[in-house]
Amino acid sequence: MPTRYWIHGLKGANFLQKRLLLGLLRSRRGKIGLSIIAFLLLLSALAPLVIPIKSYFMWNVPDYWINNPKTSAPYWTNILGPKEFEHISLGRNDAKISSESLEGINVVDNNFKINMKSDSFPDDFMFLYSARYSDVPPVLQIDITRPDNNTFTVYYSSLPMTNKANSSFSDRIFSTNNDVKEALNQYQNLFSFPISGFQPQILLFSDSAKPTVLKGEYQISLKFYLFDNSSRVEDAGIILGGRVFGIMGTDDLRRDLLTGIIWGTPIALFIGLTVSVFSIAIGIIYGVVSGYRGRRTDEAMMRINDIFYALPTLPLLILLMVTFGRSIFLIIGFLMIFSWMGTAKVIRSIALQMRNFQYVEAAKLMGQSDLKVIFKHIIPQLLPLTFASVAISVPGAILAEAGLSFLGLGDPSLPTWGQILRDANTADAASRGLWWWIIPPGLMIALTGLAFFLIGNTLDSIANPLRNKKKKA
Amino acid sequence: MGLGRTLLFRSFNMFLVLFSILLITVTLLGPTLDKLLVDAIRNQVIDEVNQGSLKFQNLEERSSYINSQIELRSKTFGLDQDSFTLSKLIHRVVSVMTLDLGNSHYFSTDFGSTSVRDIIFEKVPKTLLLFTTANICVTVIGIFLGTYIAGKEGSWWDKLNSIFAILSNSFPSWWLAMIMILVFAFTLHIFPARATPLSSPSDPNYILDLIYHMTLPLITLIIFSFGTWAYLVRYFLINILNEDFIYAKKTMGISRRKILYSHALRNAGPPIATSVGLGLSGSFGGAIILEAVFDWPGMGKLYYDSIALFDTPIIIGLTFVSTVIFLVTIFITDIAYTLLDPRVKGG
Repeated sequence: MPTRYWIHGLKGANFLQKRLLLGLLRSRRGKIGLSIIAFLLLLSALAPLVIPIKSYFMWNVPDYWINNPKTSAPYWTNILGPKEFEHISLGRNDAKISSESLEGINVVDNNFKINMKSDSFPDDFMFLYSARYSDVPPVLQIDITRPDNNTFTVYYSSLPMTNKANSSFSDRIFSTNNDVKEALNQYQNLFSFPISGFQPQILLFSDSAKPTVLKGEYQISLKFYLFDNSSRVEDAGIILGGRVFGIMGTDDLRRDLLTGIIWGTPIALFIGLTVSVFSIAIGIIYGVVSGYRGRRTDEAMMRINDIFYALPTLPLLILLMVTFGRSIFLIIGFLMIFSWMGTAKVIRSIALQMRNFQYVEAAKLMGQSDLKVIFKHIIPQLLPLTFASVAISVPGAILAEAGLSFLGLGDPSLPTWGQILRDANTADAASRGLWWWIIPPGLMIALTGLAFFLIGNTLDSIANPLRNKKKKA
Repeated sequence: MGLGRTLLFRSFNMFLVLFSILLITVTLLGPTLDKLLVDAIRNQVIDEVNQGSLKFQNLEERSSYINSQIELRSKTFGLDQDSFTLSKLIHRVVSVMTLDLGNSHYFSTDFGSTSVRDIIFEKVPKTLLLFTTANICVTVIGIFLGTYIAGKEGSWWDKLNSIFAILSNSFPSWWLAMIMILVFAFTLHIFPARATPLSSPSDPNYILDLIYHMTLPLITLIIFSFGTWAYLVRYFLINILNEDFIYAKKTMGISRRKILYSHALRNAGPPIATSVGLGLSGSFGGAIILEAVFDWPGMGKLYYDSIALFDTPIIIGLTFVSTVIFLVTIFITDIAYTLLDPRVKGG
């Protein structure tokens, strides 16, 4: 920031604020920057409405993500290459539920419809259910009706006995289950090729003539036979493990990366803006006090500034984080401590000139205290001039937090972009070619940084008369 | 300020910073350091007993002798008291400065030593090799590209470079590193994804292997920083090209090329030198992480691993060493600035 800022400061803070805003809206760079930030803000505001808030707190809890496929590419990659199977996870809400009474037995049928369009088989499948019953356990029968009108009964078994009355039982039946394998063996004469070597998920969805995918509509029914009135079906669902999932795919821990990316946005904006606003506030106060008091105070304060300037930030941050633990507020606090020095230096040089201005001297002669002069007459004049510096220093803070997260010193409870990239690096995502895990978080960091740079740049060129003159020359 | 005074002033400042870092380290990690120091003393005493001529009747006598020795030496350093004493402070500072931090719990050198000092000194040259090479390349490319662009202000190249510079400032260098691995190691199979050489250090081809493994990190560092560099050089040069003396030289009929490459560049020297310093110190942080991504066997990788395993002696040692490297870099750029600035020479 050049020393000439005060020229505009004198014309009045309000005037400059208006000019900055107008200029920002008029220039192309400013428009691009503003629209990116508007997009990011919208994303942050919509995040709690669109995705479950629980996913934020459960980011590092693997159990929460168990229904997702592992390390799956985004589903739209199907457009480019062969059609991989897209992950399907259906709950009881997606099923057509019907119940009928047969000789005192209550039969509850949960019917799921699946449309197979992919060229490849699912990786695996599982059926999940939960039922509440007393003495007589219900019987579960799973039937799959294929497009060629064959119906396979893949599972037929009673649920385990219980001694407690009205207790709930829930379980998952995996494709690796032996009962499922044996049940499928009954149907070997339907296939014109030997089926012994094939896995259940392939047989179920395979053409009977050759082991390729039989496309079309499948009906999967989870039928419960309930033998008394107190028995109830509480949940039923199916999961077909896919190789593609969602807009951004999943990572090794089955987490939906889109969720992580979205939650990362408000956190990044919060870190960036808090650090830059506060560090620049510290810088202004420090600089004004130093410049206004002058002489020995100035000398001493500038020496301290020099020392801070020369501190190696990252090693010190590492040391501090190792000692004090890893909370997001600590990170923000430490980043503030290490980023006020530049502003302080510039503001000091402006304040050195300002203290000789007539209105400042008049205020002093009227007997106002130094504190009052500084906070009432000097700082308000400087405030609008620092908008540019606030915007320019946001990306630095975001990058610093990402770096710390990457080193394993970030707040472990938060899904930040840096954290996602760290997980990717620990899992060797780059050398395994898992691009969907690496590119989006970095792009988001770059996008945010770019937006603030563009805005800062525009504001700076409006507020800085020196540059404008040069450009015309 | 004359050259001598500047140097004196700068070195004073440097030592002040170094000392304050030491103080911060020592205060923050005091208790941990004390434990490390007692451990170090124990090892030392046991070594002495094993090699010395003292004979003991039985094991108990030996262990009681060792314990009394440890207690005695701890007392001289004030390690037995919880309270703060000057001798304790000095001892801590000295032990950090000499990297006398005992043994690492998890790491060892290629030759099997677990002493913190040996481990760190094994890594430092590799970090210096990578970053000095990268910075020399970036400086040369940046100065020539920047000067070339400054001569064509407002052209396509100029705009492209500005965009490139802004872009490369908004994402982390280690993200670029991951992308480079994705492209050059996974997709194209040109370079290895892991930058740790496979052959052992005693192998005669080790150096070649090291250079081959260094290529990808080096290219990444260069791609990441040359745009910013060229942009800075261009910025300073354009400011100078608008000065009166350049117009005077133009009217004298000196060729545009000569003005640009010799007169303008010479005058832009001092601010360029300053930004070299700032750039170096700025890239240092990202570079630590970049090493971890590439698995380059330098300080950054060690940092990354020691944080993951919480190996405090290594972290303390690395903090001190990187501070020294950082300060020396700034000091050298300051000297360069002073030497390049014509006003200082005249004074």
